[in-house]
Amino acid sequence: MKIKDIQDEIVGEFDIFETWMDKYEYLIELGKSVPVIDEINKTDDNIIKGCQSKVWLHAEQDEGVIRFYADSDAIITKGIVSLLIRTFSNQKPEDIINASLDFIDKIGLRQHLSPNRANGLNNMIKKIKFYAIAFSKSN
Amino acid sequence: MNVLKNIDSIRKDFPILNTSINGNKLIYLDNAATSQTPNCVINSISDYYKNLNSNIHRGVHSLSQMATEKYEDTRKKFKSHFNAKSSSEIIFTSGTTHSINLVSSGFSKFLNIDDEIIVSQLEHHSNIVPWQMLCEKTGAKMKVIPMNNIGELDLNEFSKMLSAKTKVVFVNHVSNALGTVNDIEEIIRLSHSVGAAVLIDGAQAVPHFNVDVTKLDVDFYVCSAHKFCGPTGVGILYGKEEWLNKLPPYQGGGEMIDEVSFEKTTYSELPNKFEAGTPNIAGVIASGIALDYINNIGLGNIKDYEDHLLNYATEKLLEIEGLKIYGESKDKTSVISFNIKNIHPYDIGSLIDNLGIAVRTGHHCAQPIMDFFNIPGTIRVSFCFYNTTGEIDTLVDALKKASTMLS
Repeated sequence: MKIKDIQDEIVGEFDIFETWMDKYEYLIELGKSVPVIDEINKTDDNIIKGCQSKVWLHAEQDEGVIRFYADSDAIITKGIVSLLIRTFSNQKPEDIINASLDFIDKIGLRQHLSPNRANGLNNMIKKIKFYAIAFSKSN
Repeated sequence: MNVLKNIDSIRKDFPILNTSINGNKLIYLDNAATSQTPNCVINSISDYYKNLNSNIHRGVHSLSQMATEKYEDTRKKFKSHFNAKSSSEIIFTSGTTHSINLVSSGFSKFLNIDDEIIVSQLEHHSNIVPWQMLCEKTGAKMKVIPMNNIGELDLNEFSKMLSAKTKVVFVNHVSNALGTVNDIEEIIRLSHSVGAAVLIDGAQAVPHFNVDVTKLDVDFYVCSAHKFCGPTGVGILYGKEEWLNKLPPYQGGGEMIDEVSFEKTTYSELPNKFEAGTPNIAGVIASGIALDYINNIGLGNIKDYEDHLLNYATEKLLEIEGLKIYGESKDKTSVISFNIKNIHPYDIGSLIDNLGIAVRTGHHCAQPIMDFFNIPGTIRVSFCFYNTTGEIDTLVDALKKASTMLS
C-alpha cells in the first residue's frame, strides 16, 4: 500500500469517532498493540529528543524497504508512534523522503498536541526522514 | 477561617477563569508554574501605556517624573512587604532566574578553588545551573543537602557539610515540585555560624505566606511576580545592603552608571547599580498592584484557605486506586505531586487536558527529585486561592476516568 493510501485509511478510521475521548481511546488501543522494538535497540542513541515521554525509534533496511520499530514509556505517545510506523514502515526510502504527511492535521492530532508535544512529534518525523535519507545514500 | 467568604467575587476578578478549553470550563490547577492575573493588574498595565508611558529616572518632563514616582513607590511597597531595612535593598529583575544569576555570577569575585557551596536536592534547575556555572568558573565545589522519603531536607547532614570552606548556601523556601516548606530559619542560622552567605529562592513561598527578610536575617531572597498574580517578566531580589554593595554589577549599561568615560566608569549607588537599561516599568508597577491585591485578601486568609484546599484534595486524591503522592512533609504549600499506578504522567495530563483541566506533568524542572524517587515525572496540581473544592471534585472524577482508560 502506498503512503498516501495508508494515510487516507487512517483518516477514515478516525472519522468514525465523534468525541476526542473516543479518539484518544483508539490511540490508547493502538498504543497497547504496537509491535515494539527489541530491548537491545532501546539505546540512548535511538531516543528521540524533545518528547515529554521517552520515545525510541530504530530502523532496519530489508529488501529495499525500511522497517521501523519503536516504543515509548507513555501509551498515548506509543499510539501516535504506531500510526507513524504504520505509515512509513515497509516503504522505499525515496517514497518516505518525498511523502508529505497530512493525516496528523486531518485527524486533528496536531491541534491537540501542545507545542512541547508537537515538537516531539516533529522530531519523530524528522528522524524517520533522516533514516530514509541515510539508507537511500547507502544504496 | 477555612473558606474565603467572597470566593465568588474573587473569581470574578480573574477573567481567564471563564475560558473554555475543548468545550469544557477551564479548571486551572497549574498555579505553581504561573498564577492567573486579576483585572486590577491587567488594567494597571493598560493604564500605564495609556497614561504614563515614558522612561524613568532621566526625564525632566512630568510624565517621566510621574512614572518614576510610581516605579519607586512600588519599590517601597516591596520594601515594607518584606520588611527590608531600606528600599535600596530591593532590586527589580526579570524574574527569579535572573535574580539568582545576578547573585551567583557576582560570587565569582569571592570564590576560589578551595571553596565550597551548598545546594539542596529539592531545587529547581534555576537554583542549580547558575551555581554549577559558578563552580566551572571558579573551581569551587558544590555539595548537596540530601532529602528523605517524604521530601524533607536532612538538616543534620547539612550541619555536617558546613565548614569554614562554605561560602554560600542556596535553598528554596518551598519546593516547586513537592510543596515542602523548608526550615530556612535553621538553614540560615547554621550557615551564618560558619560565615556563609544564604540565598533563598522564595518563588513558591511569597504567594502563600508572609516573608520577613529582617527577621529571617537572610542575605538574599528572590521571587517572581507572576507567581503571585503579577505579570510575567518581573522578579524581586532582596539583598542585604552590605552584600549588594560588595557584589559587582551584573550588566553594564545606562542607569547603572555614575560617570562614564573611555578611561573609567564609576557605578551608581544601589539599587540602580543592578538595574541597567530601561526596566520593565509597566510590569514592575503592575507587580505592586498584584502585591496590594493579595494583601487585601490577606496572606493569612489565603494560607488558611489554601491549606483547606490542600487537605481536601489530598484526602480525595488518595481515594483513587493506586495513587501515590510524592512529598508528604508536614509543612507543605498547596501543591500535590502524584502518579497513578504505573501510568505515565504525560498520558494522564493529555487526557485531562481534553476535559479542560490544566495540570503540570513531567519533571517540573527538578530532575534530581525525580531521580531520587526513580520516576520519569509526576502529575502536579497546585492550588491558588481562587480554586474551589468543586474543581477538585471534577479533577478527581477526570483522573478516575483517565486511569480507567489507561489501565
